[in-house]
Amino acid sequence: MSVTSPPVTVVRGSDEGPRDEQKRRDIRPRYDLPDKLFRGVIRLSGVAVLAIMLAVGIFLAYRASQALKAQGFHFITDSAWEPDSRNFGIAGILTGTFLIAMVAIIVAVPLAMGTALYISEYAPRKTKRSLTSLVDLMAAVPSVVYGLWGFFFLQNHITGMSRWLTTYLGWIPFFKVSGFDKNDPLAGPTAFTSSTLIAGFVVGLMVTPIACSVMREVFSQAPAGEREGAYALGATRWGMIRSVVLPFGKGGIIGGTMLGLGRALGETIAVYLIISPVFAVQPHILENGASSISSTIALKFGAATQFGLSALFAAGLALFLVTLVVNFVAATIVQRSRSGAESDA
Amino acid sequence: MSSSTTISASTSSVDDPYAVAANAPTTFVVAPMSSDAPAQRRRSLSGVRRTDGLAIVGALAAAVSLTTILFTQLAPFSGPLGFVLVTYLLFVGLYALLVSFDESGPAVRDRVVATVVHSLAILLLTALVCVVVFTLLRGLKALVHSNFYTQDLTKAGPLDPLTVGGISHAYVGTLIQITIALLITVPLGITCAVYLNEIPGRFARLVRTVAEAMTALPSIVAGLFIYATFILILGFPKSGLAASLAISVMMLPIIIRAADVVLRLVPGSLKEASLALGTGQWRTVWHVTLPTARSGLATAVILGAARGIGETSPVLITAGYTASMNTNPLSGPMVSLPLAVFEQIKNPQPASIARGFGTAAFLLALVLVLFVVARIIGGRGPGNLTARQRRRRAAASARDAQRMASASTRTPAVPVPNP
Repeated sequence: MSVTSPPVTVVRGSDEGPRDEQKRRDIRPRYDLPDKLFRGVIRLSGVAVLAIMLAVGIFLAYRASQALKAQGFHFITDSAWEPDSRNFGIAGILTGTFLIAMVAIIVAVPLAMGTALYISEYAPRKTKRSLTSLVDLMAAVPSVVYGLWGFFFLQNHITGMSRWLTTYLGWIPFFKVSGFDKNDPLAGPTAFTSSTLIAGFVVGLMVTPIACSVMREVFSQAPAGEREGAYALGATRWGMIRSVVLPFGKGGIIGGTMLGLGRALGETIAVYLIISPVFAVQPHILENGASSISSTIALKFGAATQFGLSALFAAGLALFLVTLVVNFVAATIVQRSRSGAESDA
Repeated sequence: MSSSTTISASTSSVDDPYAVAANAPTTFVVAPMSSDAPAQRRRSLSGVRRTDGLAIVGALAAAVSLTTILFTQLAPFSGPLGFVLVTYLLFVGLYALLVSFDESGPAVRDRVVATVVHSLAILLLTALVCVVVFTLLRGLKALVHSNFYTQDLTKAGPLDPLTVGGISHAYVGTLIQITIALLITVPLGITCAVYLNEIPGRFARLVRTVAEAMTALPSIVAGLFIYATFILILGFPKSGLAASLAISVMMLPIIIRAADVVLRLVPGSLKEASLALGTGQWRTVWHVTLPTARSGLATAVILGAARGIGETSPVLITAGYTASMNTNPLSGPMVSLPLAVFEQIKNPQPASIARGFGTAAFLLALVLVLFVVARIIGGRGPGNLTARQRRRRAAASARDAQRMASASTRTPAVPVPNP
């Protein structure tokens, strides 16, 4: 890592010798030509990667500027999406994106925490490795497969729960379904299909393995000394987890959750397959009709005019900035928790 | 990947011995050495007792029967999902009640939490199995026809039966696109990871931060970027190359990050030993660092490829759609597997949906195979060898020893000149 210089031996002059004849040796590393070339090439690759990444942001901003200039502040407050009549904004689709991500996080965090705790604390030692692989495998399943599963399998089974929720908990604003009469026994399940809840469920399953692997790694790094101390004081296993593993893994829990949130915000195809798009602020998560920025881009870019494309780029830029902030915060939190700053053992 | 496995292996050795102590504190009394004492029964050291199992079974039976009564006689509930949910809640409550008959508060809480944690893990694995099995089962209808693997969709409309048409154009497209993407990302990504590790400094830290932040880049934004630059500004048509570039932008940060982690795990002593022998920096990297991290790097690349193969949204924007085979990435639209799934599912005809599921099952199987290969190659940390590699090294070193011994017996006095 840091040892890149050729080994240099410094010989100190004896005290009797004439001092002024000794020259201070140059201890800077010297590189011969192949090494110089090598360092140049790898440095160039670093610059290239940075340039590509920055170019993504700059081009998005450049292409989005036309729409942003035309719409100004209305871009954030409007919720319709009709760029060709200059009437568009991300209020609706950004709310939809966040609602789907929130449902996903509510599904994913207990699942991820439970599984991470099981793998790091409860599972027999022999099965730990294969369980970890299985969870990683879940992260590698293509999103279109999750989308198919959500649309053709989950949707049929979850509408009953949606109906129950809105019948008995409909007084909570989120669970209201407009146009549903709970006294009408013939009301079909169509009022509950293609909703934010179903999309959120599927996205939640997709982000669980990501959050889980971060949490598991941090949990398994909880210091052995403090674990033993808790047991020595007579703690049960749950007592040990609550007083050692969870406080130590706090950063990992928060960071893993935010990493999952970043992925949930950007998910496209699974959401696209499940929801039926609406372009309005739609806080009723059980109701047919939802929206997200990424699925709007996938839906609208094909038939978009020059200005419509610019509007889509602006939406993409907004999504990019949001995920960037979320991910950046997550990375910082995870890194801080990994350095062991919270434990002195 | 490999970092986590090594770490969990080292900590797991300490938390298991206490599994017994946590559940049942035991005191060992040495038996008196008299002959007339009754034969001692061997104590069971496992923390599981018979009452534990009985409590679980009892609570489960009670929960199922209570829920059945609730659903059929008492309350207006219905539906399998609701049944499972209510049963589970009742089960946890009843189990807590049963345990509380012979345990104190903290032990009851411990048991309940253990039950909940176990069931959450089981739930997640069930969901995974459900997704995989559902896709494979629905896809089976299309997968049994051999024409599914050999033909493209030029002659098969959405209404045609499954005995016509297939997905050969889609998997050829995926193969071409992922090859181009790997040709771009593997050299660039691994060189960049080497840079991050070999020339640390403020700039390297900046590159690492940006690359890590970019792993959360929504894939559709990567597609939009290539659409804005490559297609709109440079004027290229929608093609396989554009799709490969979009996938590359998405895969690059993933590969850099994974390779960076693996390279960081290469022991510093190995590099220092190489430098101490007078080797330059690039020879050290080429002959020591990269070979040591080889299996981890392979895993990083394969996992990145699995992500790239399964990604739909960047391809959707940049590749265009066609029903015919196109092997030229430079011109004309080129379909990949996930895009083919997406387009076929949009038709409501049963044959088209069956084809979509068949394609999805094929894609899933491909990802599974890649994943298993990655685990087999990269299951061990840097420097850990397989049994065969160890045998080969041992044989080589024995040969060296023999050669040196025979050389020194032939010319005992004269030192061997250094080549």
